[in-house]
Amino acid sequence: MSTIRIYPAMPKKVYVYATCLVDTFSPDSGLDAIRLLERTGVEVVYVPKQSCCGQPAYSSGYDDDARTTALSQMALFPEPWPVIVLSGSCGGMMHHHYRRLFAGSEHEQSVNEFCDRVFELTEFLVHVCRLRLEDKGPATSVVLHTSCAARREMNVHVTARQLLGQLEQVELREQDYESECCGFGGTFSVRHPAISEAMVQDKTRHLCETRAEQLISADWGCLLNINGALEYQGQPLRGMHLASFLLSRLEEKHA
Amino acid sequence: MHNRPQHFHAQAETALANAELRANFRGAMDYLRDKRKTAFADADEERTIRDRAEAIRQRCLSKLPELLEQLESNCIANGIRVHWAENADQANAIFTDIIQSHGGTLAVKGKSMVSEEIELNHAMEKEGITCLESDMGEYIVQLGQETPSHIIMPAIHKNKRQVAELFTEHVPGFQHTLDVDTLIQTGRNVLREKYRTADVGVSGVNFAVAETGTLCLVENEGNGRMCTTVPEVHIAITGIEKVVEFLADVPPLFSALTRSATGQLVTTYFNMISGPRKENELDGPKEVHLVLLDNGRSQAFADEEMRKTLQCIRCGACMNHCPVYTRIGGHAYGTVYPGPIGKIISPHLMGLEATQDLPTASSLCGACGEVCPVRIPIPELLQRLRHEAKQDPKPGTAPMRGQKAAASNAEAFVWRSFALITSRPVLYRMLTWCATRFRRLIPNKLGPWTRCRTAPKPAARTLRELMAERNK
Repeated sequence: MSTIRIYPAMPKKVYVYATCLVDTFSPDSGLDAIRLLERTGVEVVYVPKQSCCGQPAYSSGYDDDARTTALSQMALFPEPWPVIVLSGSCGGMMHHHYRRLFAGSEHEQSVNEFCDRVFELTEFLVHVCRLRLEDKGPATSVVLHTSCAARREMNVHVTARQLLGQLEQVELREQDYESECCGFGGTFSVRHPAISEAMVQDKTRHLCETRAEQLISADWGCLLNINGALEYQGQPLRGMHLASFLLSRLEEKHA
Repeated sequence: MHNRPQHFHAQAETALANAELRANFRGAMDYLRDKRKTAFADADEERTIRDRAEAIRQRCLSKLPELLEQLESNCIANGIRVHWAENADQANAIFTDIIQSHGGTLAVKGKSMVSEEIELNHAMEKEGITCLESDMGEYIVQLGQETPSHIIMPAIHKNKRQVAELFTEHVPGFQHTLDVDTLIQTGRNVLREKYRTADVGVSGVNFAVAETGTLCLVENEGNGRMCTTVPEVHIAITGIEKVVEFLADVPPLFSALTRSATGQLVTTYFNMISGPRKENELDGPKEVHLVLLDNGRSQAFADEEMRKTLQCIRCGACMNHCPVYTRIGGHAYGTVYPGPIGKIISPHLMGLEATQDLPTASSLCGACGEVCPVRIPIPELLQRLRHEAKQDPKPGTAPMRGQKAAASNAEAFVWRSFALITSRPVLYRMLTWCATRFRRLIPNKLGPWTRCRTAPKPAARTLRELMAERNK
């Protein structure tokens, strides 16, 4: 699905789409992402009325309900500024699947224009902000997990790695089966719990085997799943949002 | 052992609990993934091969009815007798008629998933005809009275110890060994004798060429060649979607197929069957029949989006890369075609009533679409099927068997509420406010989620609240 994107020049203002999971479970990641964006000189506009991209309804087969949600969200971002999404899978929903949901409808054109403005955080930081990171943190090791949508719909697993690769004191460890799904898949984990369990157990095992100090991901859906499993197993490893990790490396206080 | 898609959940749980089965699958899938990766070492070449394969399949499907007619007339001109079957019963009746008209009692069969689809062996048995599988994997599966668990590697769920046990039980004179070469030789010796004595040879078809009336058969063991040349009568069966327009369409598809399936650049055998034995020829069958099976394919064909399902060239790469298939194996699906392709084709063959759990049994990770050599958008089609299983058909689309079969008022209510809450900021604010304020009241047990994870804990304040404070 991933096609080559043409990136715009650095804008003056951007919207941030934090996603419902960041809003509810990890608001600090949202704040950190906003601060990180602000350090690049862009003005960040946070629309407090935003809620969820509609992906749960869409992936359950309820297209009409997903459309209701999608239309309400798109209406909140009327200015032609980029919409920066803090998750590959919500980014995939808003960049790709909105097009499919509204294909052939009266909204088709305006929806496509909106979809063109949607960027996942790391791709925006790399390709538009051309962010250069100066690592001020102590030496550490991390392992990266990218969501399937980040990888296959948005092609941004590359940009997440690029950002981590800029940090001189951070050793990026490789896990076995890196590209394999963690087993979340939204309602999949509830509809098919046994299969999901097998998947997340394998994923956590491979992550722990790297003996990295920190797990990093730019997707709170995966982290909800993986962190929950790690905690259940009593593992010390925990995942944090990439934005929070990057920001922590730039600030002297952690050095 | 007869699994059904209706019992998918239970079958999946049984498979997951079987450590040996899981190890067999993981090992086999790792092997096949590596083979494919080596065969597609060059990304540009891979893109070119997939571009061509996709374009050929789409072109051929776009003129499927005409190509089928052309195939029929060219086959007839070559001396091949063509039969049309709308469903499994009709196809089996055609087989019975042909075999019985020759007084036949033994058929040898090369690997054919379509013959599994119509349960040919079973149907022939009822008529007193033995249908012996001659592909090594199929032979093993048949000995174990099982069905194939993979479309390319039918016995991939078994390791050599399990095969040796089967041979000990069923092959007279077999001396127990774990030596793979000896195991293969054992099977071969049994089969050689059967080719010689069989009345009829049965095969599938990988590509049926409309332009020339040629049936192409891709294989590695030579059993396909034996089945289609040694017995006096050869009956080939294929789904109607396997037709291609030109002979020149075959090499690109062949290349895409073998690289994706087994990581081979070419296979050991590639058979082109263009008719029965001619006068003065020394070998080949005296009669060749072709059975063209619909069995739900025209339903997929009628819908432009679903039609992409029929692009499939049966390489099995989607299975090999699917995290779900890798863990539960093929039998758990209870369908002839398992894995991602099975999830999108089975609803057409069996109806959505029977198969409604299959399209949901995917995390939509996209690994299947990423490797499909003909670029079937499997995740999108799964999405579409989920929709069709829940709701009335989209106006203007062709009806599908079992549409709305999985509709549930309770679930519809949940998603209507979801849409309401997410589209009304006041409601969403209230909900997240409650979730964060009463987070300590969230129970530790949250149904299926907490069977392997702790319950998720909302933060003390939502981002919206933190931002409001920040902007003060």
